[in-house]
Amino acid sequence: MMRLGGRLFSRIGHRVIDSIWRLGYASRFLALTLMRSGTSFARFNLVIREIYSSGVLSLIIIVVSGLFVGMVLGLQGYETLKTYGSEQALGVLVALSLVRELGPVVAALLFASRAGSAITAEIGLMKATEQLNALEMMAVDPIARVVAPRFWAGVISMPLLAAIFSAMGVFGGYLVGVVLIGVDEGSFWSQMQAAVDVRHDVINGVIKSVVFGFAVTAIALFEGYDAPPTAEGVSRATTRTVVTSSLAILALDFVLTAFMFKGV
Amino acid sequence: MSTDNLVEIRNLSFAYGKRPILQGINLVAPRGKVIAIMGGSGCGKTTLLRLIGGQLRPSKGEVSVAGQLVHDLDQQALYQLRRKMGMLFQFGALFTDMSVFDNVAFQMREHTDLSEAVIRDLVLMKLHAVGLRGASKLMPAELSGGMARRVALARAVALDPMLIMYDEPFAGLDPISLGVVGNLIRRLTDTLGLTSIVVTHDVHESLKIVDYVYFVSEGAIEAEGTPDQIRASGLPFVHQFVHGEEDGPVPFHYPAADYGKDLGLGAHK
Repeated sequence: MMRLGGRLFSRIGHRVIDSIWRLGYASRFLALTLMRSGTSFARFNLVIREIYSSGVLSLIIIVVSGLFVGMVLGLQGYETLKTYGSEQALGVLVALSLVRELGPVVAALLFASRAGSAITAEIGLMKATEQLNALEMMAVDPIARVVAPRFWAGVISMPLLAAIFSAMGVFGGYLVGVVLIGVDEGSFWSQMQAAVDVRHDVINGVIKSVVFGFAVTAIALFEGYDAPPTAEGVSRATTRTVVTSSLAILALDFVLTAFMFKGV
Repeated sequence: MSTDNLVEIRNLSFAYGKRPILQGINLVAPRGKVIAIMGGSGCGKTTLLRLIGGQLRPSKGEVSVAGQLVHDLDQQALYQLRRKMGMLFQFGALFTDMSVFDNVAFQMREHTDLSEAVIRDLVLMKLHAVGLRGASKLMPAELSGGMARRVALARAVALDPMLIMYDEPFAGLDPISLGVVGNLIRRLTDTLGLTSIVVTHDVHESLKIVDYVYFVSEGAIEAEGTPDQIRASGLPFVHQFVHGEEDGPVPFHYPAADYGKDLGLGAHK
């Protein structure tokens, strides 16, 4: 019994030490990425190429999802607001839900599964096929040349994608609320305009999406860079990217919301 | 250090954690020669290349390339030295998102200020030397194993290095590609005045092209000599390796408990 307890204790200890070690390694990796970002800004075309593959190629899923989320909000919102006779406020409900929460959060979740997983798989495979090693041996720093441009591309793409998601959502809400159900167009737009505050709502939403972009891309890059160079290693790393990023987005969202909208 | 030797390794030991990989290695690569490091899989050959390239640090001993102790260099000096080294990886390690042309041009674009017109001419010349000028627009996925290895070779010599290291250049190639790659290694070494270190377990192909051979077994140099000396060697390990014998100093069976006991035969006694 004592021996079993000792083994359990030692296993828990190992797990904890491993996790802390990995966290330290990830922080060091992130610090190195930030320190070696000079190349990304000196040769901005490297970042633009990555914005294309993680940002532009994610557009379809963002646009379509944004539209549908907005349309559902329009329907659900109308049903609820009608009960209180305030269906004119549908525009406010749709816009605030999207700009403050759904835009940044859902767009980041979609970004994690579409672009984050692709980044992890790509970096993991580059490692498995010795391409990262080859860069090292060619006197080209893989963190500066491969990791940093992808990192900044993610940080830049995320707020743009969240903005597009929100815009499409508002359009979806308009389609259902105004065009389909017949809510008054004037009050839909004017109440929205009056209620949505640039600093409190829009800027806070943008800050959230920048933080999410930072977190998702950093997690995806680290998981790829740290993946064991085997098929199983890369597939596990890809799964971990999606799971860890999604949890990080939701947890960060709570913390950010608590700070941003305290007492609003 | 002798100026005739581009690479000198003295009393080198290396361990991953507590697991020793290499012990007391002494090795030289004279300028203009092709030397081979041979040994079975997992004997530490690739680790030796990584130590020469400065990707790993020795636990003991010295590695010097062109008179510089590789493990004492800071990152900038190490990168300066690596610009004069080329490395051919086991399966080519071509950048899969770039064409053959861009792969060969990669280092020129990263490290030089040459104009695109000059780079174009240089890349075509390098590709012509490996017989693949016509394949410059192909993507790596469209190449056979042998072609990929040749493109990687053109990429390795892109900046006219002084040293090229080959990690298993013959692995998985058909007999024609095997001969082509072997001859290219010899020809490029002679015409460009390079020094080549080939890590391989392909005895027959490499003995045809190399000047000197080191045999590594269990992390130590077991034998060395010219190809003729190796062929004539009476050492049991070298004999087993050169003739591809199943059993010998390198046993066929992985260490295991007594066979009879494992099958439970003792119980019937």
